[in-house]
Amino acid sequence: MSNLSTLTNGRRSAEQITGDLVPQPFGKRGMIWVSVLIVLCLIGAFAYFRQLQEGLVVTGMRDYVSWGIYISNFVFFVAISLVGSLITAIFRLANVEWSTPLTRIAEIIAVSAITFASLIIIVDMGRPERLYNLLLHGRLQSPITWDVIVITTYFFISLLLLYLPLLPDLKILNGQKTKNLPWQNKIYTFLGSFWKGSEEQFKISEKAISILCIMIIPVAFCIHTVTSWLFATTYRPGWDSTNFGAYFISGAFLVGSGGVIVAMYVFRKYYHLEKYITELHFEKMGRIAVMLSLIYLYFNVNEYLVPAFKMKKSEAAHLEELFTGEFSLMFWFAILVGMIIPIFVMLFKAGRKPFPMFIVGMMIVVGAWFKRYLIVTPTLLHPFLPMQNVPDNYMHYFPTWEEWAITIGSLAGALLIITFFVRIFPIIPIHETITEQHEKAEHISVSK
Amino acid sequence: MKNNNNIPRRDFLFTGLLTAALGGCNDKKNPFAQDEVVLTGEKVKLLSVDGEVIEIDKAFLKPIPDVPHLTNAEEREGIPGKKFVMVIDLARCKNLRKCQSACNHMHQVHPGQNWIKVLGMEDADHTAPYWQPTTCMHCDEPPCVKVCPVDATFKRQDGIVLIDNERCIGCRFCMAACPYSARVFNWEETLMASQGGSEEHHHHNSGPTSVAHQVKGTVGKCDFCPEMTRQGELPHCVSACPNGVFMFGDLNEDTVTNGAETFRFSELIKDKAGYRLMEDLGTKPSVYYLPPVNRNFPYESGLEKETGDEK
Ligand code: SF4
Ligand code: SF4
Ligand code: SF4
Repeated sequence: MSNLSTLTNGRRSAEQITGDLVPQPFGKRGMIWVSVLIVLCLIGAFAYFRQLQEGLVVTGMRDYVSWGIYISNFVFFVAISLVGSLITAIFRLANVEWSTPLTRIAEIIAVSAITFASLIIIVDMGRPERLYNLLLHGRLQSPITWDVIVITTYFFISLLLLYLPLLPDLKILNGQKTKNLPWQNKIYTFLGSFWKGSEEQFKISEKAISILCIMIIPVAFCIHTVTSWLFATTYRPGWDSTNFGAYFISGAFLVGSGGVIVAMYVFRKYYHLEKYITELHFEKMGRIAVMLSLIYLYFNVNEYLVPAFKMKKSEAAHLEELFTGEFSLMFWFAILVGMIIPIFVMLFKAGRKPFPMFIVGMMIVVGAWFKRYLIVTPTLLHPFLPMQNVPDNYMHYFPTWEEWAITIGSLAGALLIITFFVRIFPIIPIHETITEQHEKAEHISVSK
Repeated sequence: MKNNNNIPRRDFLFTGLLTAALGGCNDKKNPFAQDEVVLTGEKVKLLSVDGEVIEIDKAFLKPIPDVPHLTNAEEREGIPGKKFVMVIDLARCKNLRKCQSACNHMHQVHPGQNWIKVLGMEDADHTAPYWQPTTCMHCDEPPCVKVCPVDATFKRQDGIVLIDNERCIGCRFCMAACPYSARVFNWEETLMASQGGSEEHHHHNSGPTSVAHQVKGTVGKCDFCPEMTRQGELPHCVSACPNGVFMFGDLNEDTVTNGAETFRFSELIKDKAGYRLMEDLGTKPSVYYLPPVNRNFPYESGLEKETGDEK
C-alpha cells in the first residue's frame, strides 16, 4: 500500500505537486477553529491584564508554592519545541529521507512553542517591566541567565531553519502571483524576492542549513538541560537530582514527536495530503515514538524508583504524595496515558495506522502536560521546614481561573501561530518534494 | 539620591514614632505646639507605634540627623569590619511570638505572612517537640544569592543578605532555592500602599535597607534589621522577646547579647553545644541554635498560642 502510493506519487508532475501543496484558504471549519483560538487568546489577555493590575495575588500561588502552572507550562513549551531539532537536524544528519514532509511541521511547532515559552515566563514575573534588568545587571552564574541566552539562540536558529528551506517555495509561490491573494503576494515578495534560485544561492543556503543543523543540536540539548537546572540546582526533594537533564530531554523528544504526530494527522486529513504524508510516515514515527517512550520510561524509573528505594525523609513525603496521596491520580494518569499505554498501542502494527497514532499522539501530549505540572508543584508543597504560621490557602495550590485562562490562552496562541503559518506558507516543502520526486523517477527509470 | 528635596521615607516613620511616643496620638495635647510650626497644609501618612496609619502635617517632619543617608551602592557594601550573627536559644522559647508581631509591625509585613516564624518542631515520633523561631539564616554560601539573575539579592560584607526591591524582577527563583523557606513574596499591594500611603513614598530613600521597604511583585524576607544595626541597636525581634531567646552580635567581636545578658559567642556555642540548621547543605548559616535542653518552659505552654492564633 505504501509502496503503491510512493509509485503513484512518483508520477505526479511538478505542477500537480504545487497545486496540491500551495496554502489553502480556511474552510468553514477552519474559520470556526481560528475564531475559537482567538477568543481563547483574548480571554487569556484579559486575565493577564487583571494580573498586571492586581499583582500575582490573582493566581493560586503563595509563598510555599511559588511556582505554579505558568512554570510547568513553560517547561512544556520548551520541551515540545525540541522536536524541531530532532526532526530537522538529527534526522537530516542521520540521512533519514522520509522525514522531508515533516520538517516544516516540526520547525513551526518549535518556533511557536519557543515563542510562547518566552512569553509565559514573562507572565510569571512579578515585575515584567523590569525585564531590562537582565541586561543591565545580568549575572552569569544564575541558571536563568543561561536560559535566556540559550532560548534566544534556539529561537533564532529555529527561525532560520524554518526560513531558509522556505525560500525556494517562496519563489514557486511568487511565480504564480495571479493565483494568490494580494496580501499573500506582498508577504512572499517581501520575504523571498531576492531568491533567484541560482546554483550559487542554493549552495550558500545548503551550506547554511547544514551548519545550522549541526549547531542546533547542542543548543537544543542546552535549552532543556538548562531548563531542568532551574529545578535541579535547588535542594528540594524531587528536584535535587543529577538525572534531571537527561530526564527532561528524553521527555521533550517524546512530547515533541507526539505533537508532530497529531499535527501530521490533522494536516493530512484537513488538506487531503494523503499522497505526501503517507501511512509509511505514521508507521515510522510510531516506531520512533515507541523508542522515545521507552527511553523516557527508563529515566522515570531512575527518577522515582531510586529515591523510593531509599525513602529519605524529605523525599518520602514527596514520593508518597505522588504514588498514593493527593497527586496520585494525576501521577498515574501521566505515567499510564503519557507513556505505558502509548507504548503498548504502538508496538502493534495496527496501532501505527494514522488514526490510532493520532489518538496516541494526543495521549502523549496531554500526559506530558500533566507530567510537567507534577514536576513543578508537588515538590514545592514539601519544604524542609514544616509549613506553619501561614494562612490555610498557603498550604495548597490550585490554579485560579486567571492562571487557567492565561495558560489555555498561551496554548491557543501557539496553535494560532501554526494555523496562520499554514494559511500563508506551504506546510510541506514544495520544492524539496518535487526534487525528490524527480530523483525517484530517475531512479525508477534507471532501474527499469 | 533620587529625590533630594524630599525627606526620606525612613525619616517619616521615625518622626512618626516620635510623634506617637510623645503625644500618645492624643489630639488635645500637641507635642509640637511650642515649636510654632507653620502648617503647610500638606498631609503625610505615618505609621504609629500601634500599627495605625496616622495623618500629620508635613511641617512636623524633621530629618533625623543620626541616620546617614546612604546610596544604594553604600547599602550594598554593608558595615565594614562587622560580621553579624544570631544565636537562638531554644530552651527559652515558649512560642509567645512577640518577635513575630514586633517584626511584622516594624516592617509592615503583609497580613498572613511572616519574616520570622515560630515553628512547632518534632523531628521524629519519639523525640521531644520544641519551638523553633526561624528567620532568614543569612547564609555565608547563600543559595538565594547564587540563583538571582539580576543581583537583586546580595550578600554584604557584614554578612547580611539583603534584597534590592527596586531591582528584583520577581522571578521567585530565590524562593525555590532557599531551603529554609525564609522568603515571602509581595503578591499584592503592600500593606503601606494599600492603607493609603503611596508606594512612591516608600521609595524616597530607595536603598535596600529602608524601613518597611516593600514593593509589590518583589520578594521580601528577614533582613537582620540593618537600619537598627547600623545605629548599634538590636533587631526588633531580639528586643521584643521577653524571654531573651534571641542573642545578636558581631562574630568579630565574639559577643552576642539579648539586651539583658551578654555572652562571649564562642563560649556560649561551646557550653551549650550550639548548632546550625541543615549543616549538610553547605549553606553556612549565620544563625546558630542552642538545643532545647533544661528548658525554661514546657513545650505545652506554647500550645495555647498555637490554637488561639491559627486562622
Ligand atoms: S536562609 Fe534562605 S533567604 Fe536567607 S540567606 Fe539562606 S538561602 Fe538566602
Ligand atoms: S525574585 Fe528577585 S531577588 Fe529573587 S531571584 Fe528573582 S530577581 Fe532575584
Ligand atoms: S532580625 Fe529583624 S527582620 Fe529579622 S526577624 Fe528579627 S526583626 Fe524581623
